[in-house]
Amino acid sequence: MSGRPGRRFGSFLQHTIESLYDATSRVMYAESISRDTGLLQSLDPRVKLAGLLAWILAAALSAKLWVIAAILVLAVFLAGISRLPLALVAPVWVSALTFTGAIAVPAIFLTPGSSLYHVPIVDWNVTRQGLTTAAYLISRVETSATIVLLLVFTTPWTHVLKALRIFRVPIVLVVVLGMSFRYILLLLETASEMFESRQSRTVGKLSGDDQRRLAVSSVGVLITKAYQLSGEVFLAMHSRGFRGEVYVLHEFRMYRRDWTALALFGALAGGAAWAGH
Amino acid sequence: MLFELDGIYYRYQRQTALTDLSLTIAEGTRVALLGANGSGKSTLLRILDGLYFPDSGSVRFRGRELTEQNFADDAFAHEFRRQVGLVFQNPDVQLFNPTVFDEVAFGPLQLRLPRSEVRDRVGEILDRLRITHLKDRIPHRLSGGEKKRVALASVLVLDPAVLLLDEPTSALDPRSQSQLIDLLVDWGGGAKSVITATHDLGDLEDIADRCFVLDGGQLVAEAPPADVLRDADLLRRTNLVHAHRHRHGGEFHSHPHVHGDEV
Repeated sequence: MSGRPGRRFGSFLQHTIESLYDATSRVMYAESISRDTGLLQSLDPRVKLAGLLAWILAAALSAKLWVIAAILVLAVFLAGISRLPLALVAPVWVSALTFTGAIAVPAIFLTPGSSLYHVPIVDWNVTRQGLTTAAYLISRVETSATIVLLLVFTTPWTHVLKALRIFRVPIVLVVVLGMSFRYILLLLETASEMFESRQSRTVGKLSGDDQRRLAVSSVGVLITKAYQLSGEVFLAMHSRGFRGEVYVLHEFRMYRRDWTALALFGALAGGAAWAGH
Repeated sequence: MLFELDGIYYRYQRQTALTDLSLTIAEGTRVALLGANGSGKSTLLRILDGLYFPDSGSVRFRGRELTEQNFADDAFAHEFRRQVGLVFQNPDVQLFNPTVFDEVAFGPLQLRLPRSEVRDRVGEILDRLRITHLKDRIPHRLSGGEKKRVALASVLVLDPAVLLLDEPTSALDPRSQSQLIDLLVDWGGGAKSVITATHDLGDLEDIADRCFVLDGGQLVAEAPPADVLRDADLLRRTNLVHAHRHRHGGEFHSHPHVHGDEV
């Protein structure tokens, strides 16, 4: 479904589900990218997890915009040399910008400070402090999202979970993360099938009220179905011996390049924290 | 005795799934749990796999009661999972890893087998089920039949002494069904215990030495397959056959009909 004139709520919901399903496909695609032979893919997952989290922390604590921008540029450079396609990264930037923008835009007008521009009709002032606050928020979110992408798209999901356990993240949290991933996939698969099945049984155009009623009931059924299915998935994992701990075929081993990368990540995060202080 | 169930009751909120169920299953036997949809077969399999625990009554595996407390003991849980494997009816719930190879390796890794052995076992079972060509594929994107084979491989790779199967041939084309039955008949040289929940009477005599017939959560019969297949009244009462009405020449006539081969 795409942009037909007069589209109503039901089709909007379906369009959203289909977009999310596309996103799922990108996650699947990411699994194959994470097995490629780019720079980040060749590093030990523990190094990536520790190093990239240190960068996120440095960006979050920095009080200077240029430092956050420098970390973002570095992250984009790393994405490039790790062969992450722009088509995979760009939608995340757009989503992060949209959602953060929705929060940041009011701050441009509401934060008290020196006025830079007066909006005539609504009688609002764009303030320097408001713009700075919005810029910090958006740049931090974009930088953090890009860094998280680097980790998730260059590391198989099970390796991320195992690395989290090595860093003593509680087992419950790791299980919840692992299950959430599968739950989201199931939810989207189920939603997509539900809409296809509904479409095959719908003749003509439904009224707005009917579409809304159908959409609300579909959401309820969908959540129940996905909940049941994810419960079954957990039973299936349990049946094959899963008790919360994550074991993967790949053995984590630190080579010289991993130690070098860890030192570089640490030095850059430390430098950024010092410069941004 | 492999399994001993005594006076099992199990309810899903307001709905009773199993009522006063008692049965025993000996080591090395091949058992079929027969019943129409909703008769309690899948629930019973989950109880046998220690995933559900009965509201009342007891279930014992080789003399040890299956309770939540016993499964809290790592050594017991580990040994039980090594010995008993369940293949779910819906293969989608069994596929949660990024590739088929990872999926099949999941179980042996959880049971902490050495990595080199895991690789060997996975390679071997993929070969045996003729799905080596799928090893790098994403499990969710496979066809129904392929998913079923991967789900089966993910359990057979553990080489369990007891195999629990929930409708193993559903969603398979006739050729794949026949290959699967051959595999199960030969599996473990016939020395393993295989418990199959099914309503398909076609291959009953190939997959089972003994049948338990369930109806509305109750055990209504226990007999060898040949006896069950001969008891037309039992099959009709438990909805395992139905009257099939069709035309011969200019006249309609009806006779009992099963899904699978004719009785």
